[in-house]
Amino acid sequence: MTTKKEFMKIGDKTFKSRLIVGTGKYKSFDETRQAIENSGAEMVTVAVRRIELDKNKDSILNHLDPQKYTFLPNTAGCYTLKEAVMTCELAREAGLGSIVKVEVIGDEKTLYPDNEATLEASKVLIKEGFHVLPYCTDDVVLCKKLEDIGCTAVMPLAAPIGSGLGIRNPYNIKLILDAVKIPVIIDAGVGTASDASRAMELGVSGILMNTAIAGAKDPLKMALAMKMAVECGRMAYESGRIPKKLYASASSPLDGLVEL
Amino acid sequence: MKLTINGKNHKILRSLTLEDLIHELNIEAPNFAMALNQQVIPKSKYATTSIQENDVVEIVHAVGGGV
Repeated sequence: MTTKKEFMKIGDKTFKSRLIVGTGKYKSFDETRQAIENSGAEMVTVAVRRIELDKNKDSILNHLDPQKYTFLPNTAGCYTLKEAVMTCELAREAGLGSIVKVEVIGDEKTLYPDNEATLEASKVLIKEGFHVLPYCTDDVVLCKKLEDIGCTAVMPLAAPIGSGLGIRNPYNIKLILDAVKIPVIIDAGVGTASDASRAMELGVSGILMNTAIAGAKDPLKMALAMKMAVECGRMAYESGRIPKKLYASASSPLDGLVEL
Repeated sequence: MKLTINGKNHKILRSLTLEDLIHELNIEAPNFAMALNQQVIPKSKYATTSIQENDVVEIVHAVGGGV
């Protein structure tokens, strides 16, 4: 192939893969490791939780090579600014790095983010030297504000977390892409490979997904499908699709037709 | 000494610092972090951070998770 592949840049890091994967909901650490391997992802998100003192203290990190993957600790499950900030501080202290996925949940049923608290938490964390990737709604005004305060990327949701509904509002994602210069990464909502391709065709820098792979009947095969879908979608975006037209446009020449 | 560790009551027998506590609790996670009374404590200060009766300790590590 002669075309040059464009890489995904987040902060000062460059990634060949535009797929970021979660590490939750797998049956075992072994399945997690294999699925991530198949997905080709180089950045993986992890949650930060209390060590269960009376149980086996094995950690996901024992199963993922830190030389191979960049860890993206997330603040999943946090409902307040204070919780999110402290979780990021703990993650950094635990050696998980300073690129963080900030989510402050505002509603238990939809897991929609509390955008105001997310903005405030991001401000605090940026001051503390973190590279902040906030999970947010697909709101162009909010994304501009997040860019203005110094976020490294924005991560609008495509549909509710774990819903698998796909890209529900591609027009909003387009508006965000037009409005901000920082990377836009779709976070949550992807259900299957075509959703991933469709998101990439819009021109987003990357996609983060977890349930679509871990919840599939065959997670290892779906991981591979997602890898290919993300690559295909990106390649189509870089190629520049044809404009949509209402009427037909023949692709065979009209000259030289047999006259009967 | 009674402490609240990760939300549960614990009776600690011989620890005087966070460093001692890690050994007494047998924490072997490759990457973990601690907070004492809601303040995240850098690893370099575990040995010099003393613990007192009724302190609240959080010990966390990375687990599988996505969004």
